[in-house]
Parts: sequence; structure tokens; C-alpha cells
Amino acid sequence: MACAVSTEPTPFDLDHPWQVDPRVSMRPEPFGALLYHFGTRRLSFLKNQRVLAVVRSLADHPSARAACAAAGVTEAELPAYTRALAALADSHMISERTPA
Amino acid sequence: MTLTQHAAAGARSAPGRLTDLFQLGLDAPICLTWELTYACNLSCVHCLSSSGRRDPRELTTRECKQVIDTLQRMQVFYVNIGGGEPTVRPDFWELVDYATAHHVGVKFSTNGVKITPDVAARLAASDYVDVQISLDGATADVNDAVRGAGSYATAMRAMANLSAAGFRGFKLSVVMTRQNIPQLDAFKAIADRFGAQLRLTRLRPSGRGADVWHDLHPTADQQRSLHAWLVAHGEQVLTGDSFFHLSAYGSALPGLNLCGAGRVVCLIDPVGDVYACPFAIHENFLAGNVRDDGGFETVWRSSRLFASLRTPDTGGACRSCGFYDSCRGGCMAAKFFTGLPLDGPDPECVQGYGEAALAALAALAAVGASAAPRPSVDHSHRTVPVTIGRRRPPQRGCDESPLAGFAAP
Repeated sequence: MACAVSTEPTPFDLDHPWQVDPRVSMRPEPFGALLYHFGTRRLSFLKNQRVLAVVRSLADHPSARAACAAAGVTEAELPAYTRALAALADSHMISERTPA
Repeated sequence: MTLTQHAAAGARSAPGRLTDLFQLGLDAPICLTWELTYACNLSCVHCLSSSGRRDPRELTTRECKQVIDTLQRMQVFYVNIGGGEPTVRPDFWELVDYATAHHVGVKFSTNGVKITPDVAARLAASDYVDVQISLDGATADVNDAVRGAGSYATAMRAMANLSAAGFRGFKLSVVMTRQNIPQLDAFKAIADRFGAQLRLTRLRPSGRGADVWHDLHPTADQQRSLHAWLVAHGEQVLTGDSFFHLSAYGSALPGLNLCGAGRVVCLIDPVGDVYACPFAIHENFLAGNVRDDGGFETVWRSSRLFASLRTPDTGGACRSCGFYDSCRGGCMAAKFFTGLPLDGPDPECVQGYGEAALAALAALAAVGASAAPRPSVDHSHRTVPVTIGRRRPPQRGCDESPLAGFAAP
């Protein structure tokens, strides 16, 4: 994959509750989804259906780890998904939710 | 548009590079340019849309709202509104409010003529509206030579108003020319002073730009220094992906680095005509009209022109060049309006192939064997004054009577 990680993302806490930022619009595409943040005016993308399922359901789970498990992400795959979520958090596409 | 490069996940299941997917087109554009009017208070020498006079067939307020409804349904994230000078449309703010209320973000380009302190305060209050002020010289002399007398002062006043209203991160938009490339640092300083972000775009030989391109486009040396400057400033400076032909120097610039025409972007012009890109207002790149059956959605999804743009291109004459993967042959509109074949090098190809092709073309033109195509739409202000209601005295007798001075033998 040509899309290089440009900066080292900050550590991502899988056990915290997360959500898609309210100012983000998400559009499903055959390859995954496009995301656009109206605050930062930046575009981003999700590269497959599984990561889309994880991101979409973040708000319904007590933690990002639980959202990954519910979408069928295995232990072996978890590091790759953690990196993707960290990148999304870094670009403010997803944000931490205050536990209810 | 700005694309963050780092949110990729699940690399193994990806069917290819994202740019390859984009090359084949999307179900809806990511963003599109919508020129609301050809009317403009200025007459910039390089105007890409040959604007000046309003077209009487302009879309009505109701028709514009229907287009916005369609964009909402298609989930187009935002529109780049331009013109002409879009703010001179009496329903401009009504349309901006309608779009944002329907979750279609708006970024509009203006020369600043209507950005009063009141308007600036209103704009500063919205997350869904972004403003782009056009300025083509960091000094009044360089700017006004291209955009007209007083236009530098107008733009500076608009930026001061936006800044005073607390609008952070609006865009200062500059078309790069031979005359203003030495002012890159000065532009950055102006943007910084007003809390704006600098956005640099490429001069295209489109619209009236075709008439001045040979005198205004950057030299080869200037292109190299521009590339170095852009690489040094990274994501701080926006380019709207317009300098992807410079990637053939070796280091790619931030962004998608591909020609998005008809694939991820397009243009809707003031009368509803849909073109492949804002720089291609010519019948060869006309895909349809939003007034046609099925509206914009059908044009985007079913036009034959867009279908052909979405098929993988072969690279043509550029295929054997080692840099083809970086620049993909450059800008379609730049080639077309300088008379170069679409499957050959960009006129500003950094490997020098474009210059050679232009020289060959000039030799042909000198013997009348070739001419670059002209834009097919022109709304420029008439430069010859028209006198109404007062007859000029006849210069010659035959202006009055075809038989004047005729004496039968």
C-alpha cells in the first residue's frame, strides 16, 4: 500500500469509548468509505468494509476493543486496526466519548 | 481538496492503490466546482471561465436548490462555488444557507468585493462555510496588472475584515505566474498576518488564460524552485492537487496527485452545463446539463464522456517515460488549450518534453498548419463601448445611403 504513515501517531487507547466526530460526514464506497471533516476540512478514507463496520459502530460499544471484536477482528489483526484507529484519532475523524 | 494520507487500514485486503481506484471514478464526486454566475466586477486577464457578463440562461434560485438537493442525496461533501464573482448574485447568501442546511459544505471563491465587516462576522460564525480570497500579486503592482486596478486593495480589505471577525484559516488563493513566483514568501507572510492559509494553484491556458499563458506561465527554473518551496512547506500550504505534474521531479507533493477530471471532480457552469473540470470549458469536455432528464446525477453516472475518462489510460507518447507513474501525463486542459495531444506530455512537463512539443507545434502554426482550440464559451466584458440612442455622424456618404456618391453615367 502506497499510503505511508507520515507522522508517528499518538498511542491509542483501545479500552476507551470512542465515536465518529460529530462534524464528520461518512460516505460508503465499494472499497470502504470516504470521510470528510467539516471542521478541519480534510478528507480521509477507510480501506475496507471491516474497518468501516468498526468505525461505524464505535459509538454503540463501551470501548474500541469491543467494537473491533463485534466486527470480527481477530487478535492477530488487532494491531493493524489499532494503528488505523490511531491515525483516525490523530486527524480528529474519531474522538473520545465521555462514558455515560 | 486535502487528503490526509494516513488513515489506511487492512492493507492486505485493499484491491489496489487508492489513486488507482479513484482513476476509475466514484459514484459521486468528492467535491465539485459550481460557478454560479458569469457576471463579474473584474476582468482578470487570465480568467479561466472568460467571465464578465451575466448569461441570461443562468440557473434560477429554484433550479440551484434542486441541484443542492441532488448533491445532498449523492452525499457530495462540499462544493467550491465560484464564477464570475458569485457574491454578486442577489440570492447568493440564500443559496449558501440552503446548501449548509442540507449538509453540503460550501467553500466559495471571491475577489472580496462583498466581504464587509458584517458579512465577515456572519461567515466567521459558520463551520460549514469556507472562504477563498483571490490575490495574484503580493504587491499591488503585480496583482493589479493581472486582476485590474484597485483589486489588490479590495482583497486586502476583505482579508482584514475576515481576520478582525475572528475567521481563522480562510484561504488566500494565488494563481502562480512568472511575475509572482518570486513573491512566494511574501504571500505566506500575508496569509500568516491575517491568520489565513495559503493556497497556490497552477495557471491554466483556459478561458482568457489562453491569450496570456505564453507570457504568464512560470519558466522551467521557476517551476523547479516552486516545487522545492512546496516540498519544504508540506501540508501548511494547499495546492488543490494542481501541481501534480511537478511530481516528476522525484518527490510527490501532499494530495492525491492525479487528474480528477470526471473521476472525482467536475464543473457545473452558471447555465447548468456539466464539464469534466473547471479548466475545461469547451464542447469537447461537455458531459451534459443539470436541466436534462435525470439531472446532475444522471450526467455524473451515465455520460459517455465521463465513462471514457474513467477508463484506464494507456499513457500514449508518455508511456516510455520513467516518470509517467508520478505525473500521469499531467493536466488534460493544459494540453488541450495549448494544442497538444491529450495522450502526450503536459506543456510544462518537467522533463522538457512539453517544451519540445510546443516548439514543434509553433513551427506548424507558422505555416498555418495548426492552431490551438479556442474556448467555446465567452462572457468577457465587451471592450468596445456601445452607444445607445445617439447616432454617430456618418463618416462617409455610403453610411447613410448605399447610392451616395453614385452618379449614373
